[in-house]
Amino acid sequence: MRRHRAMVVFALLAASAQGLPASAGAAEEIAAPASARQRELFKLLKHDCGSCHGMRLTGGLGPALTPDALKDKVEANLTATILSGRPNTAMPPWQAFISEPEAAWLVSRMRKGVADAR
Amino acid sequence: MRARFLDGIPLLLALTLGACAQMQPRGTGDLGVVIERESGRVQIVENSGRTSLGIVDGLGDLSHASVVYSRDARYAYVFGRDGGLTKVDLLMRTIVKRVMQAGNSIGGAISQDGTLVAAQNYTPGGVKVFRADTLELVADIPATYGPNRERAKVVGLADAPGNRFVFSLFEAGEIWIADLTDPARPKVDKLTNVGRQPYDGFITPDGRYYLAGLFGDDGLALVDLWHTERGATRILDGYGKGEEKLPVYKMPHLRGWAIAGDTAYLPAIGRHEVLVVDTRHWHEVGRVAVAGQPVFAIARPDGRQVWVNFAFPDNGKVQVIDTETRRVMRTLEPGHAILHLEFTPRGEAVWISARDDDRVLVYDTATLAQIAALPVDGPSGIFFTSRAGRVGF
Repeated sequence: MRRHRAMVVFALLAASAQGLPASAGAAEEIAAPASARQRELFKLLKHDCGSCHGMRLTGGLGPALTPDALKDKVEANLTATILSGRPNTAMPPWQAFISEPEAAWLVSRMRKGVADAR
Repeated sequence: MRARFLDGIPLLLALTLGACAQMQPRGTGDLGVVIERESGRVQIVENSGRTSLGIVDGLGDLSHASVVYSRDARYAYVFGRDGGLTKVDLLMRTIVKRVMQAGNSIGGAISQDGTLVAAQNYTPGGVKVFRADTLELVADIPATYGPNRERAKVVGLADAPGNRFVFSLFEAGEIWIADLTDPARPKVDKLTNVGRQPYDGFITPDGRYYLAGLFGDDGLALVDLWHTERGATRILDGYGKGEEKLPVYKMPHLRGWAIAGDTAYLPAIGRHEVLVVDTRHWHEVGRVAVAGQPVFAIARPDGRQVWVNFAFPDNGKVQVIDTETRRVMRTLEPGHAILHLEFTPRGEAVWISARDDDRVLVYDTATLAQIAALPVDGPSGIFFTSRAGRVGF
């Protein structure tokens, strides 16, 4: 329930960030980046996030980001971590390169797992 | 007994194949390995004619893979992210032996006498030591620290004279020196409170000084391996002078050290600078402003140039520093996602991996012009066999 509410709030934020009407029904569609950008983001996830979290996101200097490792994590916290980083750790803020909807898409992609996809 | 029997097989094969006209005996001095990080393969290359000789497949997750060489420069030990340690025969282009030795690993080292190979692991945190010939485990050194007996991630593993291995514990802020003179009973000297979050380390080419870069502190930890009883000292303390560090999108790598004459060129963390350090007194003597956050700063073997690559988002550039003027003499844009560079043994050329272009590019270091390109699937590390005889490689 809590996660569901976080997602709705997030979707609303995402929608308003793009200057589009914040209707919950259209949120998912609006949040998804275009397919070319998805490919870029997926590459960034595997290779740039992967330089600390491992190319298969099984962990490295940073923690594992596998579906199992993320299953109890709150959506909004994960997107906030991507965008703003974590002070006093090696996790940098990515908001100069990644928008909120894109961060949300990355979280959803991580939850599916990247092990076998190229 | 079994090991001895297996040892004979490559020789037998070599003799059999040697009889064929195509298969002449050859040396390994101009050979190397290029990692194809995503496909779990390595290419065996040669740097005289700049060609690929073949592919060895089945090495697992090769993100952050690194390689050390047997002292006869025939075998490459490839350390994979997934904890796989694979011994590859460069001449036969086959896997001789492969073990899964940990859950998450980032590299390794080979001992001074060439008999031991050590792997540095994140999960479970520690160092495992294997016989170089059989990959049989001979010592397990868990990186346990603090009152709660936690395990730290091990970074910056280097070989040191006296069959020692030196490494740093990321969470613990410690540097350990393990003496493997008697491999069954390693003697471990632990230096504590060296600084917060050492993220990588390297040893000077003479094997005397070990340095660890600190992520959580402004400076580096230095250990004089002639006098380990003196502990670690802080050098370049406060090089950021309390300034806010830029976001670090990729940790610098110190292992490819750049020592040119009496100076070392070190990537600054969280800054668009390369630090220049006097290696007699370990004082900062200058800084070079560069195009991004440096990842590798590597000296041409003669020390006249230092080549630098960068973290995301500046990872399409390579800069060449003239060590006489300490200025950037050329900015190159060799391709997309430049991950690594490796000089040929005497430095007339440098090989550069462009991951997103699926190419390795070769540059002439006198003219700074590109002279060759090899197709490689998502290349990362490039490792030539000239590493076999160098301390710290």
